[in-house]
Amino acid sequence: MKLFDCPVIGKRPISEFDYCGEVRRPPLDADETAWADFVFNRNGAPQVLREWWYHRPTGRWYIMERDTLKDEVQRFIDPQEVRYDIPA
Amino acid sequence: MTSRLDPQPLEWLDRNETYRFTFEGQAYTGFRGDSVTSALLACGQTLLGRSFKYHRPRGALTLANHDVNALMQSADATNIRADVTPLQAGLDLRACNVNGTLVNDRDRFIERLSAFLPVGFYYKTFHKPKRFFPFWERKIREKAGLGSIDTRWTARRQAKSYGFCDLLVIGAGASGMQAALTAADAGLDVVLVDENPRIGGSLDYQLANDADAAPVRERLKTGVEGHANIRVLPSHYAAGWYTDHYVPLSGPTGIIKMRAGAVISATGVMEQPSVFRFNDLPGVMMASGAQRLIARHAIRPGKRAVVLSANGEGYRAALDLLQAGIDVAAVVDLEQGAERGHWASQLAAARIPVIEGHAIYEAQGKGRLERVIVAPFDGHRCNPATAREIPCDLLLMSVGWAPASQLLYQAGARLAYDDTLQQLLPQQLPAGIFACGRLNGAFSLEQRLADGQRAAKDACAHLRGESLQPDLAACRDTRAHSHPWPIIEHPRGKNFIDFDEDLQLKDLVNAAKEGFDNIELIKRFSTIGMGPSQGKHSNMNGIRVLASVIGRSIDETGSTTARPMFHPVPVSDLAGRRFRPERLSALHDRHLGLGAQMMEAGAWLRPEYYGMPDQREPSILREVQAVRTALGLIDVSTLGKIEVMGPDAAKLLDGSYTMRMSTIRTGMTRYALMVDDSGVIVDDGIVGRVAEDRFYVTATTSHSEATYRTLSRHIVEWGLDVRLVNRTGVLAAMNLAGPHARQLLAPLTDIDLAEDAFPYLGMREGQLCGIPVRLIRVGFVGELGYEIHLPVDAAATLWDRLMSAGAEFGIRPFGVEAQRVLRLEKGHIIVGQDTDGLTNPFEAAMAWAVPLKSKPYFVGRPSLALLKARCSRKLIGFRLPKGYSGERPKECHLIIENGEMAGRITSIAYSPSLGQLIGLAMVDLPLAEASLSLSVCVDSGDLIQIEPCALPFYDAEGKRQTADLTEVA
Repeated sequence: MKLFDCPVIGKRPISEFDYCGEVRRPPLDADETAWADFVFNRNGAPQVLREWWYHRPTGRWYIMERDTLKDEVQRFIDPQEVRYDIPA
Repeated sequence: MTSRLDPQPLEWLDRNETYRFTFEGQAYTGFRGDSVTSALLACGQTLLGRSFKYHRPRGALTLANHDVNALMQSADATNIRADVTPLQAGLDLRACNVNGTLVNDRDRFIERLSAFLPVGFYYKTFHKPKRFFPFWERKIREKAGLGSIDTRWTARRQAKSYGFCDLLVIGAGASGMQAALTAADAGLDVVLVDENPRIGGSLDYQLANDADAAPVRERLKTGVEGHANIRVLPSHYAAGWYTDHYVPLSGPTGIIKMRAGAVISATGVMEQPSVFRFNDLPGVMMASGAQRLIARHAIRPGKRAVVLSANGEGYRAALDLLQAGIDVAAVVDLEQGAERGHWASQLAAARIPVIEGHAIYEAQGKGRLERVIVAPFDGHRCNPATAREIPCDLLLMSVGWAPASQLLYQAGARLAYDDTLQQLLPQQLPAGIFACGRLNGAFSLEQRLADGQRAAKDACAHLRGESLQPDLAACRDTRAHSHPWPIIEHPRGKNFIDFDEDLQLKDLVNAAKEGFDNIELIKRFSTIGMGPSQGKHSNMNGIRVLASVIGRSIDETGSTTARPMFHPVPVSDLAGRRFRPERLSALHDRHLGLGAQMMEAGAWLRPEYYGMPDQREPSILREVQAVRTALGLIDVSTLGKIEVMGPDAAKLLDGSYTMRMSTIRTGMTRYALMVDDSGVIVDDGIVGRVAEDRFYVTATTSHSEATYRTLSRHIVEWGLDVRLVNRTGVLAAMNLAGPHARQLLAPLTDIDLAEDAFPYLGMREGQLCGIPVRLIRVGFVGELGYEIHLPVDAAATLWDRLMSAGAEFGIRPFGVEAQRVLRLEKGHIIVGQDTDGLTNPFEAAMAWAVPLKSKPYFVGRPSLALLKARCSRKLIGFRLPKGYSGERPKECHLIIENGEMAGRITSIAYSPSLGQLIGLAMVDLPLAEASLSLSVCVDSGDLIQIEPCALPFYDAEGKRQTADLTEVA
């Protein structure tokens, strides 16, 4: 089993984490095609991605920048960098 | 015991303990410490098995867990590897791949057909005409496969354990022990693992009689065994390498999942056969195999031997034979005038003839080796014109080695062919992986010790975080220990490359000529390396042949990556224990005391109903009736229970649930429906407002963790000032439902239960029987009901108080099944039962829960806005006529319209309140809205008519749950 090297809590077995995909912002004003693309398509090409990782034992979310080709975590992202406002 | 030697200095035997066992119906004896093979050889039984394809007689070959022609079968186990399986008293074995008896195998005739069974025969022959293939497939399957399985098996479970270390050293030979010592002296926590029951590796068989090795053996073994930083694990093999140095160690008591900081592979080399006609006769074996037999088990493998050699090790083996009292007729050296070192000099002093520049052209004998034909060899082919014959009953092959590099390949190492050593050697190793010893080309004892030290120092530096440029070649030998072409053509074939699959030289040559010019292709076409030994003694020669035919180098030809496991691992060991944690409610003992039948619900166990299994239906009906006419109490502690606090709490819930939560008044609750980005229903529950900035949220049993996760992610994503507390485990909950609920509670609580003071959907905090509680007026089962949330510690006390106080009203505990009937009568859906992974709220007939007009945003809103007009199916209610006694439709039975599927039943139950079968069905539009009758295809294939009807089935105005039930009851 892989270890996930979290810059905040250190190396933990990856089974403690839920992988929840790329950090994306819903395109709220998009047309139907763009919205459907957001809902149903994911970018699987090897690249550096910002990803959601949920650590179940602590109930904490981490946003990591990960090179998906080398499977290396490069950076822990401050949530302020990815937050967005939802319409009230 | 005809072949047992006098005690050997390093033997594994305990001669005080004799074991009796049977093989092929005949009685044998052996000692504790014998393997099955060595015990049989000791008794003179040299025929151990039959080959897979031609059923040729086969004997001992390696004694290193590669002897896959000596597979045996007991009453409850198959494919027992006789060469390494420790002898036990009372074993009753027979040979695996035999039709009849081992001696009179009825399938021996297949060999005579071998000329008509070229490589690829099955692929080419049996696929046309297609309709005959099932027939041929059955025939082939009867002949193929090894061993038979006892189908009256019982589940056996072998617990796994978990280990951790700084450094895992695989292989406890000279270099591995040295590496472990060096690393342990440097302070590392080391685990040293070896597949043999005793450590020592080739020091204890190849160098067993070598005087120079004795002090080294003594120093290493005592050092390793007495070192506080080293844990020695004999009888365990590293079965595979997984990411981040996670290595399963398979041993007699199951698997240890070892997490190492770094790994040193000191796995050594696997001796490779020479390829010549009848190189498979019993009596032909690897030199190292004979050395293992002599040193470990005190077996005399023959009386008169010839040693075929292309390295110094062959001369060492010849010396060992002499010491064991075996007559050595000659050493046949593949090369002319090669420097073979001091062992060759010692052999010369013993006046043993050495025939240089010769090879074995052919082995001969009826059922076992009787003589070899020796002919001049120029490095590529033999000249049989001047062949001579040497009578012998033992032929040792010492012509070369292949690295045991399986784990290195799995870790992503690159190996390259070294022309000096004529061996594949590690060229580039991934971070944290190190290799030493013969695997890395260090052959002399001095080289192996130095290489072990080097690898240990590299590993220490790596673990200290230093970057390093390891010099893998520092301690490598400068002369070859393998011959580049130990392969002798013969016009009549039967020169086997792969003993697992009976592949001959011509099979590989033909496959290559047919165009399978890639090692991966030729492997699959010819099946080389695909037998039980996974190519351990065939891949190297296979690569040499392919490279020669296609005229490329060994590196260009490539090699295959052996997948885990390194040796077969029992499935029971892989499975481990059943490890599915079960959560128990605080009331679990109460349920058992009341005779509950428990069922799994998510991670929890919940009462399905209370009563004996043969009373299932009447028990459920009684529970339903109790709720409708008197009082019922159900444990709902498994609900997710989340406190949501902070200035942005309302904003979080507005964005996360379809309906608006910011408008809930304090002390009230609202139904909460959660959908995902695509608009699919994922969870439901209720949201209650405790205060302006504080809410209490419930979620379904199986989705509560995911709901907590989703809410906590939205807090991060939307930058909200909210705190969540998941109180699912610390709060118990029970639902008291039925017309007498208020009467029962009123005298026990300080909360004003009057309808005006505490209306339907209200939520109040207070005391109940002196326990702090939160009461919620809910309507899931459609009666006056109070959901009581309280600390788990007090749950049993309150349960007992309610049960005893409720006795006068006829209170009954009810289970999940009764609740399913009750909610079905009310037409309430269960997420995951009446909805599936594609159901949106419009399809679930819950458009009322999707306020597209009044809410600008919630998760899934953009999708639902698009889906509203495209609803293609709908959940509807249906019923069967009262008194219906025909075949009963079940959940998931299909609705059929004009012969096509048009929907399915999602829920169905007998409603005691209505006296008929009722249910919910997901039906295609417009059928769902237009039809007066639908057809359901039941198990027998008959079509049953059901009648769509309005929801809910029971108490359509909801008076029973909202009004003061003392009047309606």
